[in-house]
Amino acid sequence: MTGQNVRMNELAITVIGRDRPGIVADVAEVLARLGANLTDSTMTRLRGHFAMTLICVGPAAADVEAALAPLAAEGQLLATVRAVTPDGQAEPTGEPYVMAVHGADRMGIVAAMTRVLADAGGNVTDLSTRLTGSLYVVVAEVELPAGSADEVAGRLARTAAELGVGVSLRPADTDLL
Amino acid sequence: MTAEEYAGLGGWTPEKLGLAGDVRPVVSAPDPVLSRPGPAVDPTSAEVVQLAADLVATMRVSPGCVGLAAPQVGVSAQVFAVDVTGHPKAVTVHGTFVLCNATVVEASRWKAGREGCMSVPDLTGDVKRASRLVVEGVLPGSGDPVRLVTDGFEARALQHEIDHCAGLLFLDRVAGAHAVYQRKVYL
Repeated sequence: MTGQNVRMNELAITVIGRDRPGIVADVAEVLARLGANLTDSTMTRLRGHFAMTLICVGPAAADVEAALAPLAAEGQLLATVRAVTPDGQAEPTGEPYVMAVHGADRMGIVAAMTRVLADAGGNVTDLSTRLTGSLYVVVAEVELPAGSADEVAGRLARTAAELGVGVSLRPADTDLL
Repeated sequence: MTAEEYAGLGGWTPEKLGLAGDVRPVVSAPDPVLSRPGPAVDPTSAEVVQLAADLVATMRVSPGCVGLAAPQVGVSAQVFAVDVTGHPKAVTVHGTFVLCNATVVEASRWKAGREGCMSVPDLTGDVKRASRLVVEGVLPGSGDPVRLVTDGFEARALQHEIDHCAGLLFLDRVAGAHAVYQRKVYL
């Protein structure tokens, strides 16, 4: 916990709505006006919806909620604001791997595959999915306990076979320039 | 036979197959044939010679296609065609060729690059591949061994096709959770 974060409110904010030009500008303007400092965020388009997940530091949750309300009312945006405890930066807990899954879309692929990772003590740090036609693709970045990758790969392969999908688990590229 | 004696393709062209190929339908993921490792083939068999010609014919009618592997036309086998002629990113170019039972014997200078695939038409992905590559395989028809030394774009195409023969797609090698993209440009 840093000295700065002790004094400041840390907020977790999500905004999602039908994509249109200007969503980021509208939301960021509201936050800037309130003196909110936008720290980590991801903002992306998901099948025609625009989704923002962000952490910001500064104002009270109620003030941000009130300031975002007009956007939600007029622009079909759904916004949530929640005060969170500043935890600082999470240290890596294991060895970084990338799991890729692809196959025919069906219910429960993400649930089953990430359960295997979780049961092995793996921590998913990033995950994205894509559905295109009948092809479903999952790519997850995961930190695995040291030395566990071979066993995890075996378990993933068995679960993937039951689901009728393919899976690969490879060390993440950690080369730096 | 030393490496020097069978370096390159020895003047091989698809015409040496002695028959015209048919254009075959290209299968898309999640077709299971794309995830199945293909067996090694007898490069002199009539079936493999026809398959080689078909791969070349199908590749040629497919806009932007620089390589096509047997699993992509529904055949689980270690056979693929490559042709990066005229591609702006290509450095070393061996023209149009088909290889059977090919393996990577040397790979170095790994570089990230964006890949697409006729069998994954709506997605692209960032994949790290060797940009210096030595591949050994045999030619369809004659069965002559070849050792290809190549680089850059042709090296990437060869690794992509050899992966297909092993039941792997570029999706199996993407760099991370944000390294898969919706395709924006269709050729």
